Parts: sequence; C-alpha cells; structure tokens
Amino acid sequence: MQFFVDNFDLLKDAFLQTLSLSLLAGLLALVLGTLLAAMRVSPIAPLRWLATFYVETFRNTPLTVVFFFMIFGLPQIDFVIDFFTGAVLSVGLYTAAFVCEALRSGINAVAAGQVEAARAVGLTFGQTLREIVLPQAFRTVVPPLGNVWIAMVKNTSIAAGFSVTELSAVLPRLVNADAGDLTLVLVGVVAGYLIITLPSAFAVHRLERRVAILR
Amino acid sequence: MSTTVLFDTPGPRARRRQLIGTVLGALVLLGLLAFVLARLNANGQLEGQRWAILFDTSTGVPQRLGEALLRTLQVAAVGMLFATLFGMLLAVGRLSDHRWVRIPVATVIEFFRAVPLLVLIFALYFVLPSYGIDLSAFAALTTGLVLYNSAVLAEIFRAGILSVDRGQREAGFAIGMRKTQVMTLILLPQAVRRMLPVLVAQLVVLLKDSSLGFIIGYFELLRQARSLVEFYNLGFGNTYTFQLYVGAALIYILVNVLLSWLARVVERRTRRSSKAAAAEDVELPADVQMGGGGGPA
Repeated sequence: MQFFVDNFDLLKDAFLQTLSLSLLAGLLALVLGTLLAAMRVSPIAPLRWLATFYVETFRNTPLTVVFFFMIFGLPQIDFVIDFFTGAVLSVGLYTAAFVCEALRSGINAVAAGQVEAARAVGLTFGQTLREIVLPQAFRTVVPPLGNVWIAMVKNTSIAAGFSVTELSAVLPRLVNADAGDLTLVLVGVVAGYLIITLPSAFAVHRLERRVAILR
Repeated sequence: MSTTVLFDTPGPRARRRQLIGTVLGALVLLGLLAFVLARLNANGQLEGQRWAILFDTSTGVPQRLGEALLRTLQVAAVGMLFATLFGMLLAVGRLSDHRWVRIPVATVIEFFRAVPLLVLIFALYFVLPSYGIDLSAFAALTTGLVLYNSAVLAEIFRAGILSVDRGQREAGFAIGMRKTQVMTLILLPQAVRRMLPVLVAQLVVLLKDSSLGFIIGYFELLRQARSLVEFYNLGFGNTYTFQLYVGAALIYILVNVLLSWLARVVERRTRRSSKAAAAEDVELPADVQMGGGGGPA
C-alpha cells in the first residue's frame, strides 16, 4: 500500500499524459479521417487513389512501426520532434485511417435519394457532402467512431515503448526503480484506462440515442 | 458509394477544372516526395551500398531478419492457435444456459477486451515475477496475445453462432440431439465457416500486435532491426540505421498485405458458396481491425 501511495503522483501525471495524448491524437484523427473520407468519395480520381493508398498503408502497418518511423525515421530527413509530438502524430495518423473507413461506411448508408435530391436542386459536390451527406453520415457512425476512439485510447499505451511517460510506462519504470509490490500499481493503471473508456462508452451510447436518425 | 450517385458525370468545364486540380495536386505531392528524397540524399541515405546491406548475405543481416520474421510468425501462429481454441470455449460459455457459467465468462471477456494489450503484457512480464512466476518475453507476449485475442474471437464466434438460422438449432433438438451435439455438430461448423474472413482479418491484427514484443525485448522483427542498428552503430556510426528500419517495416507491410489479400480471397470464396450466405448481416465489433484493443460491445 505504501508503495502505491508513494507513487500516486507519478500515476496521476501519467494518467494526465495519456488523457492529453488521447485527446490530441483523437482530434487529429477525426479531422484527417474526415478529410480522407471526403477524398475517397470525391469525383477527382487521383484524390481517391491517394486516400485509398493512405488507408491501406496505415491499416496494414503495425502502430509500433508507425512509431518507429516518427521517432527514428523523421530525424533522417532533418525533422526532429520530441517524443510526445511523435506519439500524437503516430497515433493520430494511424487512427485517421480507421476513422476514414468508419465514416465511409456511414456515407454509404446515406440514402441515395438524399444525394440525388441535393444534386437536383443544384448543390455542388462540396455542398452536397458538407450540407447533406456528412451530417447524416456522422450520426450513423457514432457507435463505430466511439469504438475507434476507445481502441485508440488503449493504443496510446504503445507510446510507453517510445519514452513517453504515459500510463502503461509506469509499470516498467517502477520495476526498474525498486521492488515494491506492483499489483496495486497495476490496478491503478488499469483503472486509469477505465476512467477514460467507460464514461466514453456511456457517452457514446447516450449520444447515439440522441442523434440517431429514424429511417 | 457506387461513385455515380454523389456527383454527375463531369462536363467539359468540370473536367478542365479537375484536370487543373489533378495537375496541381500531383505537383505538390511530387514536390513533397522530391523534398524528402533530397533530404535523404543530402544525408547520403540513398547510396546503393548502404541499401546493399539488406541483401548481402555475407554480413548476416538478411539471415537475421529472416530468423526474426520466423520468430514473429511463431508468436503469431501459437497465439492464433490458442486464441481460437479459447475463443471458441469462451463463446460457448457465454451462450451457456447456466447463469453461473455465463456471467463469469462474460466478465472475463469484457475485462480482457477493456484492458490495453500492452498493459496485459506488462502485467505478465513485470508483475507476475513478484508472485514467483517468471515468464520469458516469448511466454509473456504470447500469453498476452492469447488472452486479449481469445476475448475478441469469442465475440466474433458468438456473433457467428447467433447468426445461424434458428431453425437449424431447433431441427437439431427435434431429432433428439443433446445441447453439446447441437453446438458442436450444427452451430459451430456453420459459425466458423461464416466467420472465416473475420478470423483471417483478426490474424492480421494479431500479427501486427506481435510487434509489441519490441517493447518488452522479445527478438521479433523490430527488436532485431534495432539490435542490428545498435551493432552497426558501434562499427560504422549512424550509417545503416535508416536502411535497417525501412527493411524491417517493409517486411511487416508485405506480410500483412499478403494476409489481408488472403482474407479478401477467403471472403470472396465464402460469399460465393451458398452454404455460408448472409455473412454480411452479422453484427460485429466495429473495430476488430484496429489491434491493440477493441471497444466494449
């Protein structure tokens, strides 16, 4: 117990680190993923190819490898970024591919008549997407996007392998420090993740019911 | 979307605009690519002899990477085998008629899905020793992968079993089969066939996740690349760092793309066979593909 209390501040800082990493990466993934989804349905073929290439590449690469490129690869082209920024970029870029796929399934679920009506009243592609398709698509993909967010929060743990002092990293750090009882610390770490994921799951559920479209 | 609904077939003016956009975009992309290549070139990263190390068998590098790939595949294979077995058991347990089986099994599944895979592996590798159980990096990695993936696979199997037509089950009971017989002879075979594409997709995820071994020091592909880099850094400075990392990453991507392609082939074949029809309307955890953690159902 004493060991746990002694290291509580460490655990708290680590939790905040995980939280900020998740929020920043989530924001990046949401923005980039929306952009990619728009590109994947765009009338301009090269944009479609580019987005498809991006999604396929990132979906087939382990997140650890993405981290590798950010942390050890970027310095080779003279971009030196600190570990935290590297982690945000890695997790964000990786997750964007999954956000894009979730959104695309939502775009596919929008009734064709909606789009035809939009075109019939003379909206351009951009307007159709912004005003008609995406608002409906976002509503239908609230549950899958919520799942992506929760999976992403858990994926931020990989940053522990790359010198980011987030929640998971507490365990190896304390192992090296001295041999106190790690069990409670482990419970604390798990609780830290649950503090983020359980309310998220609840909020997603509430949001889903509020914005669901009746078809 | 069947691409045609979202926009009209472009007329001459729209085509011209798209052409300009395409050219501009291509120029920006090429510029970016040229910039990266120029930086790499300025740092001497593109010299042929630096890349030759990946293929030169006399240095032992290709052999080492090959062995590491084998070790990665080994973890994935062992993990997949046990995860499938346990996943099947857990799925059947969660569908049990007995509450005292159903509830604990559901708790176990939800717990292992809620905890990040890396935390599981850390727990096995760092916390268990204080209870006198020392696991090797291989054992910790594989056990972590099995625990997490059997929970995910259990959900996949459960979805598959529930998707089998109710009549099948009832017919089984009607001809006097026991519950176990209905499950093993009627429901599971159909569920597994139906879920085959998702199972292969999960294998890709498992293979990707085996790269977590890097963090606890199991000599899989990434770790091997890192240790080779450290070795060569002693002799030649920073010469081969970039090449070795790129090599390892490319192997990963290649293997995963192959597996994903296999998944697609399997999916197409199952979709064609009438026995496994209607696999599409099965409800699945939407994030099975993401690795490192699924969401709560």
